[in-house]
Amino acid sequence: MGSHDVVDRGAVDHDTVPPARKGLLAIACVLLALPIVALMWVSSYSRDEPRLFDFPFFIWYQFLWVFLCSGMTYTAYRIVLVARPHRPMTDEADAGPDAGLDPSAAHSQDRS
Amino acid sequence: MSGVNGVALTVLIGLFALVTIMGFFASRWRRPTSMESLDEWGLGGRSFGTWITWFLLGGDLYTAYTFVAVPAAMFAAGSVSGFFAVPYTIVLYPIIFVFMGRLWSVSHRHGYVTTADFVRGRHGSRGLSLAVAVTGFIATMPYIALQLVGIQAVLEVAGVGGGDNWLAKDAPLFVAFALLAAYTYSSGLRAPAIIAFVKDALIYLVIIVAIIYLPTKVGGWENIFSAAEQKMTTPNPIDGKPTGTFIPGATTHWAYATLGLGSALALFMYPHSITASLSASSRNTIRRNAAILPAYSFVLGLLALLGWVAIAAGTKPIGLDGKPNAQLVVPQLFEDFFPSWFAGVAFAAIAIGALVPAAIMSIAAANTFTRNIYKEWLKPDATPKQEAKISKLSSLGVKGFALVFVLVLDKQNAINFQLLGGIWILQTFPAVVLGLYTRWLHRWGLLAGWAVGMVYGTWQAWNVTNPRAGTEHFGGSLSPIPVIGALGYIALTAFVLNLLVAVVVTLVLRATKAPAGEDETIRGDYFADAGDPRVEKLPTPIHQEAPNP
Repeated sequence: MGSHDVVDRGAVDHDTVPPARKGLLAIACVLLALPIVALMWVSSYSRDEPRLFDFPFFIWYQFLWVFLCSGMTYTAYRIVLVARPHRPMTDEADAGPDAGLDPSAAHSQDRS
Repeated sequence: MSGVNGVALTVLIGLFALVTIMGFFASRWRRPTSMESLDEWGLGGRSFGTWITWFLLGGDLYTAYTFVAVPAAMFAAGSVSGFFAVPYTIVLYPIIFVFMGRLWSVSHRHGYVTTADFVRGRHGSRGLSLAVAVTGFIATMPYIALQLVGIQAVLEVAGVGGGDNWLAKDAPLFVAFALLAAYTYSSGLRAPAIIAFVKDALIYLVIIVAIIYLPTKVGGWENIFSAAEQKMTTPNPIDGKPTGTFIPGATTHWAYATLGLGSALALFMYPHSITASLSASSRNTIRRNAAILPAYSFVLGLLALLGWVAIAAGTKPIGLDGKPNAQLVVPQLFEDFFPSWFAGVAFAAIAIGALVPAAIMSIAAANTFTRNIYKEWLKPDATPKQEAKISKLSSLGVKGFALVFVLVLDKQNAINFQLLGGIWILQTFPAVVLGLYTRWLHRWGLLAGWAVGMVYGTWQAWNVTNPRAGTEHFGGSLSPIPVIGALGYIALTAFVLNLLVAVVVTLVLRATKAPAGEDETIRGDYFADAGDPRVEKLPTPIHQEAPNP
């Protein structure tokens, strides 16, 4: 019951992390970290002025971050889809004749 | 507020009846060939797409207790106690974006239903798995009880629940509870998923109407904020300190930040959050939802502000027993200002807002009990059909226990336990989330860290007094952070301590070459998606050697 060994004939070793474009992942990480940093840094926004439609800065700034964070998370999502495309594991279970095994699966980032 | 508000009550009952019928019909929705497995009953077949997941998670995360307690805290003690819910529910989503995809993938591959399942498979430790399971279970129980408290608050303002006859007083709660138990039993997770549509529609409708209409009745937002500021800066007669916080001052920055971050880290450790997430049909469903769930955070922020609207409105939340009860502030505000029928809609929103999470929480707690206590320790050869049966029964048991809890014990106890539950559940974070990335931390190091976090957190919470509420223990969730000195969220301080202990113990254990436990996962598992096959397991218990092929 240990880890599954590689199916041979140039098949993908699924006991590895699927390949990813690290630069893009880094951008996604920054986008995800920004809202956390901004909101944990309370001293940067715990004030009354400038007011917006009578709302204190403290209040409207946090509401603004609801939208900013949503946008950043969605962008990060789109980036991650491109940065690390899904590497199907459907070849892994078959021990017999391969079902569409693609020996170049490890380089899937070159495909669409 | 005396007398029964008949119109409001009728509307409330009508909407309640509607969702009850929906609950019973839910078993036919996306009808499986059989409901007789934990996957179908307990996870809705793992088939929920983006929008159903959005409704389900929203229904799950934003509970009746949230709707009652957040504005109550704003009303009584101001922004540090009440508004932290907004940054909490904002930073929550990047956090879950990062790790929930992995948990979904590995759970999809190995058929995990609970975090304790994952912990057992990843760290190879039944002890650690049991610790995670028990923590999840005991943290969920008071949360369910508090949903019933939310229903009680609504009924109390509607005028029901007074008098000395305990049967008449609590009968509505019994009825609500009985119906909830019945359709959850038959339909499993599908029931709250379908009811969540109604719940969310009502919540959005009510809050948006309230936030547009009510400020015009109380002199506009400028008046609302100055009324709030005035109340919060007025010294409280009991201890001479300001009543609350209008905008957090420098001494409360740590408290605000740690409450937000600690709560965000903890929320997805709760069994019900995991259940709702694992019921999604693909890895990316959760990530998409991480971008659209913040819509609920916006509504939560508006709801919190209603607590301050109530200050400007002069709302007097007095219970049927004559004592002030801040929990009643939002239902009371609605009853004071809205025509009765709309107040009824608002009450229904809150009451139904209790049903959805109560159902999901009881299913999640039942799943945990069935998988990680019953099957793991009592009957390892349980079939899926038997698992489903045990889960159904234990879900009933869990709800029954919560009902007894609410009726017999003082409400304050439920709130105290919920506070503790939040502290406890965060202590499972290292084993679960760090385990998704690395096995560097030794299983016994994680167990030691967990134990220390639990003890420290409980002890610190025990020490918190609240002179205003007259409580000597469990008076609040903040205590001084060691080294830093400022008040901070106990759960997060305990979590940091937990991590430190885990690291130190791991170093010692690695030096002494203590056995590490078997990992049944492979790296690729953490990136699997909907089309990838389930790993077939041999039917031997994990600690037994499989015979050589």
